[in-house]
Amino acid sequence: MSSALLKTQDLTARFGGHVAVNAVSCAFQAGSLTAIIGPNGAGKTTYFDLISGQVNASTGRVYLDGHDISRMSVASRTRAGIGRAFQLTNLFPDLTVMENLRLVAQSKSARPACIWSMASRHKGLIAIAERALEQVQLADQRKQTVSELSHGDQRKLEVAMLMTLDPLVYMFDEPTAGMSMDEAPVVLELIAQLKQRTDRTILLVEHKMEVIRALADRIIVLHNGALAADGAPEDVMNSDIVQEAYIGRGLEGVLDAV
Amino acid sequence: MIRTLLSDDLPRSRALTVLLIGIVLCLALAPFLFPGVRTVDTAARICIFVVLVASYDLLIGYTGIVSFAHTMFFGLGAYGLAFGLIHIDRSYLAMGLGTLGGALAAAVVALLVGLFSLRVRAIFFAMITLAVASAVAVLFSQLSSITGGEDGLTFKLPRSLGPAFKFGTETLDGRLFGVRLNGKLLAYYLVFFCCVLLFLALLRFVNSPFGRVLNAIRENEFRAEAIGFPVIYYRVAASCMSAIAAAFAGALYAVWLRYVGPDTTLSMEIMLNVLLMVVIGGMGTLYGAIIGAAVFVLAQNYLQTFMESAASLVEGIPVMPNFLTADRWLLWLGLLFVISVYFFPKGVVGRLRRGKTVPH
Ligand SMILES: Nc1ncnc2c1ncn2[C@@H]1O[C@H](COP(=O)(O)OP(=O)(O)OP(=O)(O)O)[C@@H](O)[C@H]1O
Ligand SMILES: [Mg+2]
Repeated sequence: MSSALLKTQDLTARFGGHVAVNAVSCAFQAGSLTAIIGPNGAGKTTYFDLISGQVNASTGRVYLDGHDISRMSVASRTRAGIGRAFQLTNLFPDLTVMENLRLVAQSKSARPACIWSMASRHKGLIAIAERALEQVQLADQRKQTVSELSHGDQRKLEVAMLMTLDPLVYMFDEPTAGMSMDEAPVVLELIAQLKQRTDRTILLVEHKMEVIRALADRIIVLHNGALAADGAPEDVMNSDIVQEAYIGRGLEGVLDAV
Repeated sequence: MIRTLLSDDLPRSRALTVLLIGIVLCLALAPFLFPGVRTVDTAARICIFVVLVASYDLLIGYTGIVSFAHTMFFGLGAYGLAFGLIHIDRSYLAMGLGTLGGALAAAVVALLVGLFSLRVRAIFFAMITLAVASAVAVLFSQLSSITGGEDGLTFKLPRSLGPAFKFGTETLDGRLFGVRLNGKLLAYYLVFFCCVLLFLALLRFVNSPFGRVLNAIRENEFRAEAIGFPVIYYRVAASCMSAIAAAFAGALYAVWLRYVGPDTTLSMEIMLNVLLMVVIGGMGTLYGAIIGAAVFVLAQNYLQTFMESAASLVEGIPVMPNFLTADRWLLWLGLLFVISVYFFPKGVVGRLRRGKTVPH
C-alpha cells in the first residue's frame, strides 16, 4: 500500500490502564472520503489526535505520503499536510473572524514569521481569508470577534479554518454537529467539492446516516478503540460484525445513539 | 505616512488620540515648556519607562507570558553601557558597543531561560524568571570589583552630553527660548528620540505577522500550534525581543542618570512599578504604556509634593493630616491603583476605546 497518502500502523493510545485507541492499522488513499463511525467513547476523536499529534502514540506509527511523522510536533505535522477541524470548537475567541482565518493563511504563506512588515498590508492573505469567509457564508460577520458568534457560526468558522489551511489530509470531526438545518448543507457541499481534489484525502467522523450515504467512499467502524469493520459503505452496514456488535439496534440505531 | 509609522495601529478613539498627542508633545518640548531640573528629569524617566513598559507588555499583554525578570534585562542594558564607557573610553562608539553588549547578554539570558522553561506551564516560567532575576541582582551587588556592588558605578558620558558642554554660543547667544543650550539638553533629546524609535519599532513588531501570531498564542496556544505555528519558538523569540528592548531602555536610563546601581535598574520594586504601569495603561496595547508610564511617574514624583501642600491645608482638622503626610504617598498610590483597576479593568486605553470595533 505504498500509494496510500495516510497510513496508521498499530496505532495505540493508552491513558493509564484505559486503551482509547487499540492497534488501529489503516491506509487512506488520495482522492477518497472515509467515514469513521462508532458509538460515544469509541476512540474516533482520539484516533484523530494521534494522527495530528495532540496525543502521542503509546505504540504504533503514522505515515504521511510514506514518511513517518509519529515523532513530529503538532505544528510540524500541520506544515507537512495534516489538517483538522475540531469536534469542540477551538478558535481564537477574542480575535475577529477575519483574523482567525488570516492567521491560517499566514501560516501557509512564504514568510509566516516576518517581524518588520505590517500584517494589515499583506493583501493576498486577507483575500484568501475573505474567500473562505464567503465559502461558508460568514462574510457579514468578518469584523465580529469569535466570542460574539452564534454556536452554528462558530462551527462554520471551524470548517473554514480547515478549508483555508488546505492540507493534504482533511480531518473533520462531526463538522455539522450543532448546525441548523440550513447551515449544514453549505458545509456538506464544501466537503463534496473537496472530493474532486484527487490529491487530497478526507476523514470524516459523522453520525448522520444520510450524510454518510451521500459522501462516503468507505466506512471504518471503531469500537472500544479497535477497528471493528472496514469496507464499502453498503458492505460495512450489512456486515456481521456491525450487526453482531449492535444486536437489536441495527446500525441506524447505533448511529443515532452516538 | 503617519499610518505607516504607527504600523496601521491607530489609537482608534478621539479622546485617546488627544491624550496621546498631548503627552508626546509635552515630552518632546519638555525642556522648553517646563524648564527645571526636576521636570526635565521626570520627562526623561517617562520616556524611558514608556519603552520599558511597552516591551513588558509585549510579553504579558500580547503573548500572555508572565515574567518577573524584566528589570534584569533593563539592568543588563544599563550595566552594559556603563562597562562600555568605563572600560573602553568616553566615546559614542563605546556607548554603542556597551549597549549592544548589554542587549546581547539580555537576549542570551532570555533565550536560555526561555528554552529551559517556556515549554512547561506558565507558572513555572514565572517562578524561574523570579529566581534568575533575584540571583542576578544578588550577583551584581556582590561582585563589587566589577559592578561596584551596592554602590553601583558612576561614569562619564561623552563630553558633548555633559552640562559643561555649550553650543550655539555665537549664533544664539547660547540660549533658545531662554533655555540654555548645553549637553544636558542634548542628552534629553538623545533619550527622547531613541525612545520614540524604540516605541515605533515595538509597535511595528506587534503589528507584524509575527506579532499577530503572539496574539493567537495568547488566545489559544493549542490551536495556534494546530494551524502550524510552533508555539515554543514564537514564545522564546518574543521573550528575547522583549529582553533586547528592555536592555536598550536600561542603557538610556544609565545615560540619563550617568549612574547605574542595583537599586535603579535591577530591583524588584521597579518590576512591580512596571507591572502597575502596564495594568493602569491597559494590557495588550502599546499605547497603554505611554499612558501608564506618564500617570505613574508623575504620581511617583509629584504625589508627595502635592500631599505636603494638601496636608498643610487640612492642618487643624484631626486625623486628616496623618493621612496626608508625605510618607503616606505609597498608600495613596496603592489606592489610585485599586481605583483604576476597578473602574478601568482594561486600563485607561481599554476604557477610552470601549465600544470601538477592531479593524481588519
Ligand atoms: N486525555 C485523555 N485522558 C484520559 N482518557 C481519555 C483522554 N482522551 C480521551 N479519553 C478517553 O478515551 C475514550 C475515547 O474518547 P474519544 O473522545 O476518542 O471518543 P469519540 O469516539 O470521539 O466519542 P464521541 O462520539 O463522544 O466524540 C473515552 O473513553 C475517553 O474518556
Ligand atoms: Mg469525538
